[in-house]
This record gives sequence, C-alpha cells and structure tokens, in this order.
Amino acid sequence: MTSTTEPTEPLSVEQLSATTLLRFATAGSVDDGKSTLVGRLLHDSKSVLTDQLEAVERVSASRGQDAPDLALLTDGLRAEREQGITIDVAYRYFATARRRFILADTPGHVQYTRNMVTGASTADLAVVLVDARNGVIEQTRRHAAVAALLRVPHVVLAVNKMDLVEYKESVFAAIAEEFTAYASELGVPEITAIPISALAGDNVVDASANMDWYGGPTVLEHLETVPVSHDLGHCHARLPVQYVIRPQTAEHPDYRGYAGQIAAGSFRVGESVTVLPSGRTTKVAGIDLLGKQVDVAWTPQSVTLLLEDDIDVSRGDLIVPSKDAPPTTQDVEATVCHVADQPLTVGHRVLLKHGTRTVKAIVKDIPSRLTLDDLSLHPHPGQLVANDIGRVKIRAAEPLPLDSYADSRRTGAFILIDPADGTTLTAGMVGESFAAPQPVKDEGDDDGWDF
Amino acid sequence: MTTVASVSEETDSSPYALSHLDALESEAVHIFREVAGEFERPVILFSGGKDSIVMLHLALKAFAPAAIPFTLLHVDTGHNFPEVLEYRDRTVEKHGLRLHIASVQDYIDRGVLRERPDGTRNPLQTVPLTEKIQSERFDAVFGGGRRDEEKARAKERVFSLRDEFSQWDPRRQRPELWQLYNGRHAPGEHVRVFPLSNWTELDVWQYIAREGIELPDIYFAHEREVFQRSNMWLTAGEWGGPKDGETVEKRLVRYRTVGDMSCTGAVDSDATTLDAVIAEIAASRLTERGATRADDKMSEAAMEDRKREGYF
Repeated sequence: MTSTTEPTEPLSVEQLSATTLLRFATAGSVDDGKSTLVGRLLHDSKSVLTDQLEAVERVSASRGQDAPDLALLTDGLRAEREQGITIDVAYRYFATARRRFILADTPGHVQYTRNMVTGASTADLAVVLVDARNGVIEQTRRHAAVAALLRVPHVVLAVNKMDLVEYKESVFAAIAEEFTAYASELGVPEITAIPISALAGDNVVDASANMDWYGGPTVLEHLETVPVSHDLGHCHARLPVQYVIRPQTAEHPDYRGYAGQIAAGSFRVGESVTVLPSGRTTKVAGIDLLGKQVDVAWTPQSVTLLLEDDIDVSRGDLIVPSKDAPPTTQDVEATVCHVADQPLTVGHRVLLKHGTRTVKAIVKDIPSRLTLDDLSLHPHPGQLVANDIGRVKIRAAEPLPLDSYADSRRTGAFILIDPADGTTLTAGMVGESFAAPQPVKDEGDDDGWDF
Repeated sequence: MTTVASVSEETDSSPYALSHLDALESEAVHIFREVAGEFERPVILFSGGKDSIVMLHLALKAFAPAAIPFTLLHVDTGHNFPEVLEYRDRTVEKHGLRLHIASVQDYIDRGVLRERPDGTRNPLQTVPLTEKIQSERFDAVFGGGRRDEEKARAKERVFSLRDEFSQWDPRRQRPELWQLYNGRHAPGEHVRVFPLSNWTELDVWQYIAREGIELPDIYFAHEREVFQRSNMWLTAGEWGGPKDGETVEKRLVRYRTVGDMSCTGAVDSDATTLDAVIAEIAASRLTERGATRADDKMSEAAMEDRKREGYF
C-alpha cells in the first residue's frame, strides 16, 4: 500500500528551508563510470526512492542482470534504454541537510562538447571523471578546456576506479598533479582532486576505508561545502529589462516598473543609473523585490526597478550604474561553441540574443577554429560545424552593451539563432580567449589565460 | 586534496547568498517575464493542483502590481474532484482571470473520443488540449511539470518547442545555454514552458508553506470513502468505481497529486497541517507519481509516449 514509511533521519522544516542551491555538471567519457557515479550519488544520498529503485531492479532482472543497473536511473528515454546510449543533457535533483543540488548530467558521447557547454553554462562546479588506469587522456584535457572556457568556478577531478589500481596513492597523486598543472594553465581557478570508486562507493558519499592516505573530503562533502561565490564587490551591476509593468489601474495610475533578473552585481535606491543603448541617465527611485520594497537588491534576484525620471525604457534595454557602463558596439568578437547540426559560415545571417535583446546580425569572419585536444589553432576554417569551438567576428544591426565573458558570465554571453527555423546555432562568449590567435600569458597574473 | 589558486572567501553565510527557495522563485519569475516579453498569446495550464497553484502564485508576483498578462486553461477530464473544481473557480474569480476549458466529456459526448475500458481519462486529455491550443492560437503554454517527477521529464527543456501537432521530439530539443531561452517558433508551432522545471515536490511544499498559499482541502488528511485498485486508494464515484469485488472503506487519507479521479490515488496520512505534510514528504520513500499515479505505471515509457503525442 502506498503509505509514507520508515523515516530515515528526517530533516526538520527549518533545516529544509535553510539550504542553498549548488548547480553542477558532470563530464566524463563513455566508459569511465559517470553513470555509476551519478547513480551512486543519488543512491547513497538516499535520493532514489523505493519505487524508482524497484523499477530499476525489475528492468535489470528482466534483462538477466544480477545487480540493479544504476545507469537505468538516468537513462530516461525509450531510445536511450533501447540503444544503451544517452541523448543530450538531463537534469537531476537531490538534497542533503546542507544543500540542494541541480546536476546537469551531460553524456560523454560524440556530441560531448556542445553537451558539456550546455551543462557548464549554468554550473558553479564541474566534475571531470578519469579512469585511474588510463590517467589524463585527450578527453580529460577537452573537459578541462571546456570548463575553463565556460569559466566554471570550481572543478573536481574525480579519479575513478581506484579499486582497479589497488587504491595506490602514487597512481592518484600522479594523475592529480598532471591534471592540476594542465587545468591551472588554462585558467581554471580551483581544482580539487578526489580518489574514488563509484562502483564500490569509495569517497563518493562515504569516506573510503581503502584509502586512509587520503585526508580530503568525499565528493558529496565537497559539493556540500564548496563556497558558491557571492562576492559582488567587484561585479559590474547589470539589469536586462525583460518587461515593463504598467498596471494603469485606479490604485496604481502612474506605476511604471522595469522588471528583470539582476544579471550581475547589486543595485541601490538612489543610485545613478544609465539605460543602454540610449545612454539616458536617471536615479533608482525604488526597488520592488516581488512585492517587498527593498533598498538594495543583487544577483540573481528578480526585481522591478522604479526610476525617478519618466524616460523611454523598454524590453531589451540594459540598466547599469552610470559610473560603470559597458561600451556599446555593433562589432562583436567572441569565442563560440557551435551547437547545431547545420554549420555556421562566413556571411551567415543570424539573430543574436544577448540578455533580453534579440538583434539581426551577420557573421563577418571566422578567424580560427580551436582543436581542444592540443589547443592548436586552425586559421580561417571557413565554417564551424557541430561541437567546434572557434573565434568569430559578428556585426550586429544595433549597438549592444557587451561585457567581457571574463567579467560576467551572464552579460558576456549570447546565443545565435537561425532566423529561418529558430534553431539555436551557437553559444558565444564575448572577448579574448585561449582561442585568440596569439594568446598572451602573463606569468605574474594568476588568471592565467585571458578569456 | 589538491587546491590551487584563489578560493573565494565568501561562503553561504554571505549576506548575498539566496536560499534555494529564493533562487528557484527568482528563476521562475524570470521565465514568466521572458514569455510575457516574447510571445503574443501565452496561457497557463491551471488544474487546481498544487503545481499549477504555485505557478499562478509566481505569475501574480512576477507582474504585480499589474494583472498577469495571461489567461488560464483547464483540461477538464469530467472526473475531477469537486473540491478542486470549486477551488479552481473561486481562484479564477478572486484574481479576475479568464479561464478557458477544454472538456474531455464534450469530446466523448460528441463521439470524437471513446472511453477507455479501464475508465482512465488522463490519456484522453491530449486531444482536447492540443485542439484548444490550435483553435485559440496559443503560442506559449505554461505547464507545472517538474523534472524530478519522471525520468522523461528530466530531459525536458524549460522552453520546449512543440510542432503543429503539439508533438515533443526529444532528439530535436534546443540546447539551453545560460538563461538565454529561445522561444522562436513557426506559425502553428508553440512552446511549452515549465517554470517549475528545477523544483522538486519538497520545494513546492516548502514554498507553499513559506508563502502561505491556500490549497484545496484534499491535500490534507481527511476521512474519505475509498477502495483499493492496483495497489492504490481510489475515491468512489460515478466515474466507475468501485466495481464488483472492490469494497469501499472509510480511511484517513490525503492526496499528493491531484488529477483525474480514475487514476489518482490517495495516501494514508494523518498530516493535517503544512508542517506535517512537509515532514511526511521529507520522510517518504516513494515518489509522488509512484505513490499516486496509475497512468505512469502502464509502461516504462508511458510519460515519454504521452509527451510525444502532446501531453504536458
């Protein structure tokens, strides 16, 4: 009968409400045990409920498997189960007393680059899996490069299958050292290496008795405690205007609010702000935080700004502090990842969506294509095909207030859309990157590569 | 543990850290406003169930103090709980909204749809829903679907393009990058939008408690005449139960989901308050759908197959 039974350490309502949210992505190649790791995280954190596990056990048994195949927890589509493949990114949810997690589960198949780019675009942390027997391989370097390109703040190197190398510290240390050197050079700000066995459960949720030489956190402990950056001190404040709220009712005859989600930094009542691209300046008269009036609001809060002067502001505009306005330009230079099956070519007419603004644009030049395996550059490839990463020069029909992606993951990002059929073609990151023709490395600057 | 380079000093105790509920709320509001800014004729699917109630609450907050720029649509199976219909109509009235109704019973009466032998009407909702979308020319349809409900839903985008037959093609999904949602669609196509994609059942309940949102009473423990079928407690009623051999008994139950009476089961519960419901859900070892929905148990891919046909 369907009843709620056997509470397993139930959390109090206060505990449940005090948690924060961590978004993370997993990356791994086909046989390195990513599905097992995800299954293990869900299973050992008691996020798999009885009916889900029963379904997995039923299907596993009907296929003649002895043990439940945890990968079945994550292969959600008919085609995936039939063909044993994973199509596209799936999102999964679990929680502990400390945090709620949104996991972008990215498949390790041929379409890896665009899938990992998709998952990493919103991730605070990426888990890169390697097989302890194989060490750092091309695919690992590719994952590190994508994490660096997308500026994922934290990277976890999970050295898996430690049970197959007799849990040797030397094997782990060598892989961790090689990966850390490579990823740091790419500009990955923080790297944490953890020796695990997803199959046996070592250091995933529970600390391993087989590796007493390891004094660090388990994967789950690290996910629970890694600081999500809320350092707004040096962030440029940005509010893309989504919608103008004008009730025009007897109660609110003159209310005119500019609604949007703060993309970066914070806004204060009384602050001088400029509306781009028009360049008109006024002051913040009030901030509505979903029904509550506040003096200050910050990313990623959805707010409504009220301005002192009745100036022309509409969807697509960007409100910024007057003292910290980005330049506007029609010429966009960016590193892009092409995500569609049809290629992107020089001369291609596209739509460019940046923040809440969508403008016509034309691809003027594709100066280079990057080979992620060895970070070599191919000049003037003529086109980018699915999963390619390259440099692109675009001319937009209207001026756009662009930040460098290095400064703001949100207002430095854009997508290109095919105007004919609406396909999302390309993910773009404004500014310099390691795909620049002659990347400059400044030894004294721990930012490493300058994106 | 190897840690290099700079580590932010900020932690979750930072005054700028949002609680997970605030983060989810902000994200959902952003999605509502994107749709309002980019589409001509959006509609919110509203059944009087908790997910659609939370959706409506978020929409009201997103556009306050103005009215929400959307109408509502209910696909009425003809086997809905009377308490829920009463709640639906009262809510529509209270907020001065316009409600469209697509009625499964109408389709059956006209002979367009045929009653299934098992009496389940959930799968019959697809045709009235998709025809209503076409006839009203809705271009964005908000659904309360959550990715944690079911593994086919885990693959669903926030903006999910549907073709002129309302079909979902999991292989033709657009990658969703950053918060840059792509709502482009051809005439006749529409986009299903899921603002609660990243919410779990527990988040929904915690949010209801935090915001003090009113729900239909059947979500709380009450005495009800039920009978057992397919390992679930179903409410006796004109829809077709109990049959011979099924006996009605009075039990203390509540509902975790609200849908068609023929396939939505009640759970044994003595949770009469929001706090008690939250404690019960947090301790439950069954998913919401596993506990109370018969239609998802029909086959391994039941949800995926229905979604492909145009189901929400």
